[in-house]
Amino acid sequence: MRYSALKILKEGLTGNKGWKPVWREPEPKKEYDVIIIGGGGHGLATAYYLSKVYGVTNVAVLEKGWIGSGNVGRNTTIIRSNYMLPGNQPFYEMSLKLWEGLEQDFNYNAMVSQRSILNLFHSDGQRDAFVRRANAMMLSDAGAELADAAQLRRELPFLDFDNARFPIKGGLYQRRGGTVRHDAVAWGFARGADMNGVDIIQNCEVTGFHIENGVCTGVETNKGPIKANKVASCVAGSSSRVMALAGMRLPIESHVLQAFVTEGLKPTLPGVITFGAGHFYVSQSDKGGLVFGGDIDGYNTYAQCGNLPVVEDVAEGGMAIMPMIGRARLLRSWGGLMDMSMDGSPFIDKTHVEGLFFNGGWCYGGFKATPASGYCYAHLLAKDEPHPNATEMRLDRFISGHIIDEKGQGNQPNLH
Amino acid sequence: MIINHPLLGPRDAAEFVYLGDAALIDRPDPSVADAAEKFHEYGYLRDNPAGEHQELWYHEQGDRSWLVVTRNTLSHEISKVELARDVAVARGRGR
Repeated sequence: MRYSALKILKEGLTGNKGWKPVWREPEPKKEYDVIIIGGGGHGLATAYYLSKVYGVTNVAVLEKGWIGSGNVGRNTTIIRSNYMLPGNQPFYEMSLKLWEGLEQDFNYNAMVSQRSILNLFHSDGQRDAFVRRANAMMLSDAGAELADAAQLRRELPFLDFDNARFPIKGGLYQRRGGTVRHDAVAWGFARGADMNGVDIIQNCEVTGFHIENGVCTGVETNKGPIKANKVASCVAGSSSRVMALAGMRLPIESHVLQAFVTEGLKPTLPGVITFGAGHFYVSQSDKGGLVFGGDIDGYNTYAQCGNLPVVEDVAEGGMAIMPMIGRARLLRSWGGLMDMSMDGSPFIDKTHVEGLFFNGGWCYGGFKATPASGYCYAHLLAKDEPHPNATEMRLDRFISGHIIDEKGQGNQPNLH
Repeated sequence: MIINHPLLGPRDAAEFVYLGDAALIDRPDPSVADAAEKFHEYGYLRDNPAGEHQELWYHEQGDRSWLVVTRNTLSHEISKVELARDVAVARGRGR
């Protein structure tokens, strides 16, 4: 079933009785070519691009809960490609280009809205750093634009330009950045993969791997054993737990990141705005709520809830750049598990076990990467070699010394 | 979270800085043949368990002591707090 304006009109006139579930609920087969563990954004995108671009359709996605129940359903929905290092930036620009054509590609309304992202800077030194970043962005065709304070005063008069501690000196725009309806991303990829023959199996928890003589031949699940030529883990915050079943220790710590939504307000924020002197980012959803977040809580955790000191820190960040936010009432907050890697950058790689693949370490930047992560992971699974845009996202980069540390913080995950 | 400091009593976790797994106390011997591999494991690989976790907290806004806190990563419940110095000495490190 393809969605179209005509279809909506027809259904509207006939009582909307013709809509059907957009993916099947199959029982697992005994054997697949590829098993993807994790039915989140990245796992479903991997299944979608495997079946669509690489022609591998005998694929199962195993999800412990329901699809989209993890981080793809609990992020702040921002997309952008304003990274700096060569190991990252071409990958994220590939992702942004995929976002731009995504809805036409998978025929599903994901509400991709390129409403711009603005990174504020507050000092001369920070302006220099942002100019350098802008140049790196333009090298990958991502587009970048430096705005001075006078321009921002015209465009965003509500910002606290003359803040005593953090005066706003200007900002770095990426006009192509923006937001996406996050749940629809999971649903759209699931529907697209299902239409190509992928089995999406929910409530199916992987409890072990079948590994014989260094070769992975399948997985053990609560629905029985399933064989596969290739097994691909894609479970974000639970990466260490799942890969431990295969005897691996990862360069990852799991942390919690909190996010917040206010009551619905009239249109007030045109795009995404980030604070340069602390950690705070905010946008306005189409329903009107201000969606914002800040730092991770900073300690290992698997509890999907955070603590109050970070709530206070985030609120202070908001008040520092736009005091008007103090009048908005908080509607809800929540936490998600971040697979924080040792250099703040992700992994899309083979493992030491033949036939077992790993995708993770996305820290709190996984949502924007969803399409490219799926595409590059699918490439690796289908061709047994990394996609040209993901060659540096290797698991062995800490021993080889080829780390991708955007912030230069070293092996301290809670600082990335 | 409240950390029950062995010397100062219950303190707000916000006074502390978090470093990570208390295995960081056990720095490998740099003179062994496979030291590079050992330091890679020490510096970069983590158990990252769901459940009980021994970890290093630094009381930056207090007495500047390092603590080994045993905390459940599923519930945030803290079951044990020790001075890191005592733990290190018990493990045969330091003086």
